[in-house]
Amino acid sequence: MVGAEEDIPAADAPSIVELSADDVLRARNEAVSQAGLGRNAEHLLEVRGLSTHFFTPDGIVQAVDDVSFDVGYGETLGLVGESGCGKSVSALSIARLVPDPPGRIVSGSILFDGIDLLKLSPEDMRKLRGKEIGFIFQDPLTSLNPTLTIGYQIGESIREHMGLSTKAAKERITELLAKVGIPRPADRLNDYPFQFSGGMRQRVMIAIALSCDPKLILADEPTTALDVTIQAQILELIQRLSSEFGTAVLLITHDLGIAAGMCDRVNVMYAGRIVETGTVDTLFENPRMPYAWGLLDSLPRIDDVRGDRLRTIEGLPPLLIAPPKACRFGPRCPYIRDVCREGEPELTQRDGEDHFARCFATQPDGWIS
Amino acid sequence: MITYIGRRFLWIIPVLFTVSIITFFLMHAVPGGPWDREKHLPKGTQDRLNAQYGLDQPLYIQYINWAGAFVQGDFGPSYRYQDRRVNDIVADGFWVTFQLGVMAFILSVAVGIPLGIFAALGHNRGPDYLATSVSIIGIATPVFVLAILMIVFFSVNLGWFPTGGWKGPQYWVLPTIALAGFSIAIIARYTRASMLEVTRKDFIRTAQSKGLRNQAVVTRHMIRNALIPVVTILGPTLAFLVTGSFIIERIFGILGIGQFYITSISTRDYSLLMAMTMLYAFAVAFLNVVVDVLYAYIDPRIRYS
Amino acid sequence: MATNTTAVQAKVAKPVAAPGPWREAFGRLIRNKLAIVGLILVILLLFCGIFGPFIAPWPYQVQDLAAVQANGNRPLPPLSPNHILGTDQLGRDLLSRLLDGARISITVAFVVQAVIIFIGVPVGALAGWFGGRTDNALMRLTDVIYAFPDILFIILLSVAFRDTVVGQSLDGLLLVFIAIGLVGWVTVARLTRGQMLALKETEFVEAARAIGVSDRKIVTRHLLPNGMGPIIVAITLGIPVAILAEATLAYIGIGVQPPRASWGSLISEGQKFIRSEPHLVVFPAVFIALALIGFTFLGDGLRDALDPKLKGKQ
Repeated sequence: MVGAEEDIPAADAPSIVELSADDVLRARNEAVSQAGLGRNAEHLLEVRGLSTHFFTPDGIVQAVDDVSFDVGYGETLGLVGESGCGKSVSALSIARLVPDPPGRIVSGSILFDGIDLLKLSPEDMRKLRGKEIGFIFQDPLTSLNPTLTIGYQIGESIREHMGLSTKAAKERITELLAKVGIPRPADRLNDYPFQFSGGMRQRVMIAIALSCDPKLILADEPTTALDVTIQAQILELIQRLSSEFGTAVLLITHDLGIAAGMCDRVNVMYAGRIVETGTVDTLFENPRMPYAWGLLDSLPRIDDVRGDRLRTIEGLPPLLIAPPKACRFGPRCPYIRDVCREGEPELTQRDGEDHFARCFATQPDGWIS
Repeated sequence: MITYIGRRFLWIIPVLFTVSIITFFLMHAVPGGPWDREKHLPKGTQDRLNAQYGLDQPLYIQYINWAGAFVQGDFGPSYRYQDRRVNDIVADGFWVTFQLGVMAFILSVAVGIPLGIFAALGHNRGPDYLATSVSIIGIATPVFVLAILMIVFFSVNLGWFPTGGWKGPQYWVLPTIALAGFSIAIIARYTRASMLEVTRKDFIRTAQSKGLRNQAVVTRHMIRNALIPVVTILGPTLAFLVTGSFIIERIFGILGIGQFYITSISTRDYSLLMAMTMLYAFAVAFLNVVVDVLYAYIDPRIRYS
Repeated sequence: MATNTTAVQAKVAKPVAAPGPWREAFGRLIRNKLAIVGLILVILLLFCGIFGPFIAPWPYQVQDLAAVQANGNRPLPPLSPNHILGTDQLGRDLLSRLLDGARISITVAFVVQAVIIFIGVPVGALAGWFGGRTDNALMRLTDVIYAFPDILFIILLSVAFRDTVVGQSLDGLLLVFIAIGLVGWVTVARLTRGQMLALKETEFVEAARAIGVSDRKIVTRHLLPNGMGPIIVAITLGIPVAILAEATLAYIGIGVQPPRASWGSLISEGQKFIRSEPHLVVFPAVFIALALIGFTFLGDGLRDALDPKLKGKQ
C-alpha cells in the first residue's frame, strides 16, 4: 500500500481497467486513514488539456479550449471570467455532466485523486458523483425537484452511496440541515422547496453537495441568484464548511470580490482559455495581463469621482466557433501589437511562483514592464 | 384545500343551470314540434296534445316547470315515446354509455402515457419513431374511420369480434379501441413532449450530479414531474370521449344513450333532449372538476398554498 | 496596481448583430423536417382547395351514369378511363369530389379559426388585462361554454338555424363552421388571458407605463406581438380539430348538403361499398389523414420554433 509521505506522480496512477472506482477509492481511503494523514497524488484535481466542444447546427463551439489547472487538497480555487468564457462548462466537464448531445469532451485528462475521470465507465463515474464530487448549482429554485421534499432530496445521495439505514440516514440529514444553518431542521425535513426562501434553498443545495463528505465541491456561481445580503452568509457558510471538512472547492464566479474573499488561488478565464493564474494576493496586487487589468479597473471604487463614467472593457468576446489563431483578447486590448495578431501567447511564468499569464506584452522581453 | 374542492364542485350548479337555460330556449327556437311526424295530425289533436303537455304556456313557465321537476329527479315524459318516461328510457342506456366511456378512458391513459414515456426516453431513436408513428396514425384517423376499418378487418374479414351489440366482453373490444384511438395518440404526444421538456430542466442535472442511478432519475424525477401537465389534458380527453361515444354507439349499434342524441333533436322530443344535454353537461363538468382537483393534489406547490 | 484603459483604444471587434427573434424562429422551422412535411401537405391542401374547381376533371356533382351502367351498375374502380380515382354509385368522379372536399376543409380551417380569433382573443385579452371582476365574469362564461357537450350544441344550432340565410349559405356549411367556432374559442381565450397575465407583469411593460405609453398601445404594440407565439400554435393545432369535427358531422349527415362532397359524407356514402369498392372509403380517409397530419406537423414545428425558451439563446 502507498505510504503517506510518498507522492504518486500522476503518470503512475493505477489504471481503472480492472478495478472499479469504488475499489480504488476504498483502497486509497484505507491507506490514508491508516497512515493518518496524507495525499494520494500531488493535487486532488489535475486537469490537463481539457477541451469541450459543442456541436451545433451553426458550427462547433469550442467552449473550453485546452485548459489545464490544478486544485490542491482542501484548497479553494477560483475560476473567474465573464459570461460565456467557459468556466461553467469546465466544471460540468469535470463532473462529466456536459449534455451530450450537443456537447462533448473531445480531449484532455482529468485526474481526480490520481484517477483519470475521462477514462472511467459511465457507471463508475456515476458512483463517484455525489460521493466524492459534489456540485452546487447557480439557481436553487430550478435546481431542486419541486415535487419532492427536501429531506428526500438530500437523502437521495446518502441512500445511494452510503448505504445507511433509514434511521441513520434521517439523522444524518437532520445533522446536515443544522450544519448549513436551517433552523428547526427536524421539522423541515418534509417541506417542499417552494416553502423555503432563496437563501434557504441554496443552503439545502449545499447540504446536498456535502451529504456524502466529498473531497471536491464544484460551486457554479452559488450566490449569483441570491440577494446581496444573503450572498455573504452563503459564501461564509461554504468557506466554513470546506475548511471544517477539508473539502476542496472549485468556485466559479464572475465577481472578483467574491473570488478575492474566498479563494486561495485564482484562474482567470477568457474565451475558453485560461489567461492568468496565481494566488489571490499575487493576482490582485500584480496582475500581468491586460484583461485582468481591465477587470480590476472596472470595479467601482469608493474613491471614484462622482459623475465619472464607469470604466468598461470595450468590445465583446470573440465567437468561439472558429477562434482566431491570435491572442483572443487582442481586439479589445489597448496594448496590442502585430505579434499579438500573428499567434497566440502561451501561459508563461511571471515573477512569483505559480503566477502565469498569457500575454506577449508582459513577458520579460515584452513591451510592458 | 377542502374549500377549493368544495368551491369547484359548487360551481357546477350555476354552470349547469346556464347550460339548461340556453339549451331550453335554443331548443324551442328550432322550428317544428314533437308532433310533426309522417302522418299529419289534425290541428285539433295537436292543440289538445300541446295543452296536455303544457306546450301552450309561455316559455319561461315551461322552463320553470321543467326545472322544478328536473331537480327532483323527474326528467319528464318523452314526447316521442308517449308511453314512457324519460327516466326509464335513459336508465337503460346510461350504464352502457358510462361503461364504454370508462373503458375507453382507462385504455387511453394506460396505453397513451407509457407510449409517450417510451418515446421520450428513446428520443430520436427506434422507440421514438415507433411510438410517434403510432401517434400519427391515431391523430390522422377520425373515430368513425377507425371504427369502420376495424369492423371490416377484425369483424367481417377475420371474424374475431362481433360487429355490433353489447352482449358480453367480446363486444366491448372493438368499440373501446375505436373510441380510444384518437385519445391514445393525443395523450402519448403530450406525455412525450412533457417528458422531453422535463429532461432539460435544471433539477434533472442536480439529480445526475448526485450520482443517482439512471432509473431513479427517470422515474422519481422525470416521470413524476412530466405527468403533472399531462393531467391537464385529461379533462378535455374525458369530454371528448363522453361526447364522441355516440358516434361509436351508432356505428356499432350499441344501445346506450348516445342514440338519443340526434333523434331527440330531429323528433323534437324536448324532455329527452333536455335530459341528454344535462347528463352530458354534468358528466363533462364533474369530470373536469375531478381532474382539476387531481392536478391540484399532485402538485405540492398548489396543494399547500 | 497597473491601470490602463481609454486613450489608446485599439480597433475593437465589431459586434455582429444577432438575427431578430422571428428570423431565428423561421430558421428553426425550416430545419425541422417534420414541419417541412407538414408545410408541404398544407400547401398542397390549399392548392387543391383553391384551384380545385379549375383542375378537377369533372364538376363534382355531374353523374356519369352511362359509365356506371356500362360497369354493371357498380361504382367504377380507380384507373378507369376518364375517372382516375374511380366513381361513386352515381357515376360522380371521385377525384373531383375529393377536391371539393378539400375546398370544404380549407374553408373549415379558416372560417372556424377566424371565429375563434375574433371571439377568443379579445375575450382573453380583456380578461387578462383588466383582471378582477371582468376576468372573473369572462372566465365563468368560458366555464359554461366549456361544459357544453359541443357536438350537441353544434347539432342544435345547425338544425335550429338551418332554414335561415346563414344556414343556407355555403351549402349549409357556414352555419356548421360558426357553430364549431362558437364552442371552440374557449381554449384560445384562456391562452390569450394567460399570456396577457404573464406579460402584464414583465418589466418592459412597467417601463413602457413609466414613460407614459397608453394602455391600448401597450396591448397592441408590446403584449400581443410578444405573446402571439403560443396563440399562433394553438390556432394551427386547432385546425385539425375543426376539420375532424366537420368530417364527423358530415358523416352523420349534419352540415353539408348534398351534392357537396365533404370527405366525411363521402365516407358515409361509400361505407356500404366498402368490401367491393373500398376505394370509396379509402381515398377520402387518406385525404383526411393527410390534412390532419399536415396541420399537426406544421403546428408542432411552429411550437418548437417559437418556443420562448429558445428565443435569444444560442
